[in-house]
Amino acid sequence: MSKTRRISCLAAAASAIALAAAACGAPEEEGDDRGAVPDDATDCANYEQYGDLEGETISILGSIRDTEADEMMEAWSYFESCTGAVIEYEGSGEFESDMKVRVDGGNAPDIALFPQPGLMSNFADSLVPASEEVTSLATEGWTEDWLNYGTIDGTLYAAPHSSNAKSFIWYSPSFFSDNGYEVPQTWDELIALSDTIAADGITPWCVGFESGGATGWPGTDWIEDIVLREGTDVYDQWVTHQIPFNDPQIVTAIDKAGTILQNPDYVYNGTDTISSTPFQEAGYPILDGNCAMHRQASFYGAMWPADTEVSETGDVFAFRFPESNEGDNTMLVGGEFVAAFDDSESTEMVRQFLASELYHNARLQTGPWSTARQGVDPNNATTPINVFATEILTDPEVTVRFDGSDLMPGEVGASSFWTGMVQWADGDKTSQQMADDIEASWP
Amino acid sequence: MTVPIGTDIPDPAAEAQPVARIGESRGERLRRVLSSRVASIAALVIAVLWTIPTAGLFISSFRPEDDIRDSGWWTMFTNPTFTLDTYNYVLYSDSQGGGLIRNLINTVVITIPGVVVPVAFAAMAAYALSWIDFKGRNFLYIAIFALQVVPLQMALIPLLSFFSQGLHVGSVTIMPAWELDGVNTIVQVWIAHSIFGLPLAIFLLHNFMRELPGDVMEAARIDGASHSQIFRKVVLPLVTPALASIAIFQFLWVWNDFLVGRTFGGGEATRPLTAVLGDMAGTWGFGWTRLPAAAFVAIVVPLVVFLLLQRYFVRGLLAGSVKG
Repeated sequence: MSKTRRISCLAAAASAIALAAAACGAPEEEGDDRGAVPDDATDCANYEQYGDLEGETISILGSIRDTEADEMMEAWSYFESCTGAVIEYEGSGEFESDMKVRVDGGNAPDIALFPQPGLMSNFADSLVPASEEVTSLATEGWTEDWLNYGTIDGTLYAAPHSSNAKSFIWYSPSFFSDNGYEVPQTWDELIALSDTIAADGITPWCVGFESGGATGWPGTDWIEDIVLREGTDVYDQWVTHQIPFNDPQIVTAIDKAGTILQNPDYVYNGTDTISSTPFQEAGYPILDGNCAMHRQASFYGAMWPADTEVSETGDVFAFRFPESNEGDNTMLVGGEFVAAFDDSESTEMVRQFLASELYHNARLQTGPWSTARQGVDPNNATTPINVFATEILTDPEVTVRFDGSDLMPGEVGASSFWTGMVQWADGDKTSQQMADDIEASWP
Repeated sequence: MTVPIGTDIPDPAAEAQPVARIGESRGERLRRVLSSRVASIAALVIAVLWTIPTAGLFISSFRPEDDIRDSGWWTMFTNPTFTLDTYNYVLYSDSQGGGLIRNLINTVVITIPGVVVPVAFAAMAAYALSWIDFKGRNFLYIAIFALQVVPLQMALIPLLSFFSQGLHVGSVTIMPAWELDGVNTIVQVWIAHSIFGLPLAIFLLHNFMRELPGDVMEAARIDGASHSQIFRKVVLPLVTPALASIAIFQFLWVWNDFLVGRTFGGGEATRPLTAVLGDMAGTWGFGWTRLPAAAFVAIVVPLVVFLLLQRYFVRGLLAGSVKG
């Protein structure tokens, strides 16, 4: 090829790409159940207390991405237009490592949305404690269980942001009523129901642990749910390592999870498919009546295929993970915490805003979301499952415990616990071996 | 199968058991074995096997979202369904999970100075290190060469704090903080790429320039040319192939870079394609069906560059490793 020909080839290729690019326009945004910002959140009078922040830029880093991030930005867009501040949000799939590099490199964002309180406490030295105003907003807005997770060494650093109800079991209300099944209230009823469904020729459970590099985490939620129902004291001691990971109570809990997860009669497609089934689609067979139940958090409501009716009377809905002990009322949760690395006035105002009822009510209405902020109206949530989740989360009677794997050190909670669950699900390790190995990896 | 001109058509019996022939050098024998029918078929099989996953990805990128979730790409042959929606979404959507066209532009803006600057500096440095006599030249060259040993990951945090906090020794400020934000942080990305690209580029170009005949420089010197004239009028035209191959290498490295762009860039305004790719799947990884299309947006430019400049690329692989 001569030089001129090569150049003309390059030019031709470039113009072909440019033409193809110009041929398509911006895609039309779908108008589905993603809601709109409510009236009182668009009224600038409600933002007067935050003052004039014209020309201020606040950077926020979080792990929330895609549609959820769009909806979140929509919820604070009126804060921006009314105060004049600009919030630059960046969603990162590598949140943990990004935070480490940026903080060490002196380039921390003004505000970070930590999904793991354990990770947040690693940065305690660089964090700005909550001001009096933020503290009073947080105390007014969240129960003590929640505030504990935003507190490091007795100082409140961060108010919670979103919350997910994790102790949920998804099922098909129509399938249940057609077959006369009742929503179980206790663990024994859950097992009895599973047996009944299995006897009727349907595999009761759909389970999937696959999640790319984080494969195994849906399994950790199973164990956490069961340990939590053995007793909140045991749970707290377990996640803070006051009792070892291979404590007999924990091994018993893992065995208890095994009565479902390792029972070939219970698991759709067999127990050996658990670790290779993507959690995102693991619950889909419920829609075809191939299985009856799938344990996954409230955010799973957004993952059903587009034409699925997610409601108490529709195709799928969730019931709470049953209690083992009489009178318990517990919920495993996940969520983010709003921590600041900057003590400027504008950052402080954004923190106050993100802890306010105004923001949480607005965010509930911009898209599927749930929160534990007291004083919000759960009915503002856009989907029935989020109404249900927000009702539970804002109920002060419910004992709330944060996802244990997010509280444990990264070597366990984001590593050996995950791999341990996979090996256990595959049948390569017994409950005792798995617990011993995870205990050995605890730093 | 290609048969080099001047060789006999090999008979298949001898082909099966390649035996050294009388009067044949080792290189000739290697060439005969490698161009045999069996080797060609093996090469073809390997090429096909290695292309299958990429081809599958390519086909997936044109399939509707629900189909990607439901079935493998091979079902495309029995049940063909094409759509450009994924590409459209990935490139132009306003939402966080799309709008790659902005990041494509960012990547181009990062890549051009990220290639031109280090190659230009490396050429000058390599000339100075190979043809200008000064004290400590060899030491300097070895020091630069040794820098290749330092993994770039080790320099990330110090360099980032150099940019964001400046350089202080005790209470003496040597360099104040740069205080760049928003789109201006792209300067940091350019500098970082240049720094990380320089040692290898200098090393390769130095080796290449050392091989140039000294007589040419001397002749130019006698005619009264200065170093800068020799560099521009004599050396640069002679090392163009090496410059091109290094530029291609640097281009591919900067284009495909994830870590540097992500660390030194200041958020949305400067994020390159690669940094956004992984995050496109969404908080719960549910949007993974967009990834095939996004991946192809990311690789199409390097692919075109590679196909058009293959010859230089192969030469670049050999530069510095083979003498003469």
